[in-house]
Amino acid sequence: MAMSAATHRVLRRRGPLGVGPTVILLLGAVYCLFPVSWVVVAATKSRAELFTTAAFAPGTGLLSNIADLAAYRDGVFWLWMLNTILYAGGGALLSTAVSAVSGYALAKYRFPGRNLIFNILIGGVLVPAVVLAIPQYLLFSRIGLADTYWSVLLPQILHPYSIYLARIYATAAVPDSLLEAARIDGAGHWLTLRRVALPLMVPGMVTIFLFQFVAIWNNFLLPFIMLGDDQKFPLTVGLYTLLAAGANQPSLYNLIITGAMISLIPLIALFLTMQRYWRADLSSGSVKA
Amino acid sequence: MNTTAPRKPDGGRPAGRQRRGRGGAHRVSAAPYLFLTPAVVLFTLFTAVPVGYTVYLSLRKIKVSGLGLGKGSRQEVFVGLDNYVAAIGDAELWAGWLRVLGYGTLVLVVMLGLALLFALLLDSAHVRLARFSRIAIFLPYAVPGVVATLLWGFLYLPSLSPITKVIEIDLLGSGTVVFSMANVAIWGGVGFNMLVLYTTLRAVPRSYYEAARIDGASELQIALRIKIPILTPAIILTTVFSIIATIQVFTEPTALRPLTNTISSTWSPLMKVYRDAFVTGDLYSAAATSIVIAGVSLILSFGFLRVVRNRAFGEG
Repeated sequence: MAMSAATHRVLRRRGPLGVGPTVILLLGAVYCLFPVSWVVVAATKSRAELFTTAAFAPGTGLLSNIADLAAYRDGVFWLWMLNTILYAGGGALLSTAVSAVSGYALAKYRFPGRNLIFNILIGGVLVPAVVLAIPQYLLFSRIGLADTYWSVLLPQILHPYSIYLARIYATAAVPDSLLEAARIDGAGHWLTLRRVALPLMVPGMVTIFLFQFVAIWNNFLLPFIMLGDDQKFPLTVGLYTLLAAGANQPSLYNLIITGAMISLIPLIALFLTMQRYWRADLSSGSVKA
Repeated sequence: MNTTAPRKPDGGRPAGRQRRGRGGAHRVSAAPYLFLTPAVVLFTLFTAVPVGYTVYLSLRKIKVSGLGLGKGSRQEVFVGLDNYVAAIGDAELWAGWLRVLGYGTLVLVVMLGLALLFALLLDSAHVRLARFSRIAIFLPYAVPGVVATLLWGFLYLPSLSPITKVIEIDLLGSGTVVFSMANVAIWGGVGFNMLVLYTTLRAVPRSYYEAARIDGASELQIALRIKIPILTPAIILTTVFSIIATIQVFTEPTALRPLTNTISSTWSPLMKVYRDAFVTGDLYSAAATSIVIAGVSLILSFGFLRVVRNRAFGEG
């Protein structure tokens, strides 16, 4: 058993068949990096350079592009950025809290209705976003909450997949014996959850937070339907309106390209720094690296 | 409260072990219900009620009497399944279904095929720069669909595109735009699906493969005979999720529209729902159409699961 890891390492290093698979994977990597690297280069080009210089030749206009973007409609772009952080950060935090507590209850308690509640909550994954977004908009308008921050934040808290993941993590990461010990020591349900279970579930919760954060950050349909006031737009809707306004005016292309480039920075940074938490393990709750 | 609950007299370790899997060191109490309250309330408010409201709307219609000018001349009435009949007979919607069928088949096959290939290659023993490739291929997951469409859209635009400088082709023409759009979805989805499959593979004890290697199996044989069967449940799950997402395609065609006149405002069924609800203001037919879309998603997902189950696990 101990030998297998070493054998594996040797095979990995000395493998004679390494060229083909390596090349295929690198081609995949190039394909995936192509548009991102193009936009990074294109954002450095001035208006004239954008249409004349070679696609991957860096330009000289980055700072003036950023200045133009910052000046566009009194800096509404930065507002979109802040709004997105608010929607994604706030929504993902609330979502993680709700999922963790629900997942723990579903994994560690036996009670009448457990399977029914779990199946109903998970069944939500089968309800297409489209069936929800329009009535959600109508219901929010009835209570006067359409076109507010709440209308984008609240519907995105509950996510069936997060509850499913949280249940798996709680089952795997929280041993029954510890809960039993806490019980014998006289800890109540809430204290046990807070002091024993949740700390053990932290790695899983980080993963849930990240998935939710990205899902909300990337969402277009819901804010597109809910919001009319461009001061409350997230980046996706803002950039779309910029594109819709500027598609026929090549003079606005620089603005759109620079906006797209800057909008990618936060997520890609989050993504690279949180590498080890990006796991989409559907079959087990193991969270070790 | 559990603090006063007496310890089970026979709650020794062996018994406790036997009871494992039934889950729970706690006794039945109000606690799990309290813990589940936020989720259930949110589900009720933002899933159950909207679904019910959509069904209600889909069965109604505005009836205009007279010239439709006076105050009481516009009335909401119950019309049964009229809106559904209209949705099913709608030629524009059918054209949308056909476009999405072609687009979706392309996306599903290429995206999941590439995801599986990349996951297997990453997990094989002989790859160099695997970490770099894995991160690079997963990177588009961090790019919102709108931004991905915008980036590729500019790369398709003849005035900017480095692609059309190499190959002379109109990437936004009426014959090619489906492929260009599918490319955006494939690009955006391949990394996530790869990660799902790859993490599933990493959870498999390496000793499985060592045993096969000692028996003389090649890497290809290990991939086909051991890894793909292990991956089957994860492949099924990612396929079902992808089917649901593809049927509801909205972002890519909507965000590509400003750059080309080959995409109509009813290109996909969901775009037609949006137009009916917010442009032409016919909420009732939009509600019926969205229920039809949901129904089609469910039928296709369950149909797929059924076919797969019969093929993979059926006893003939």
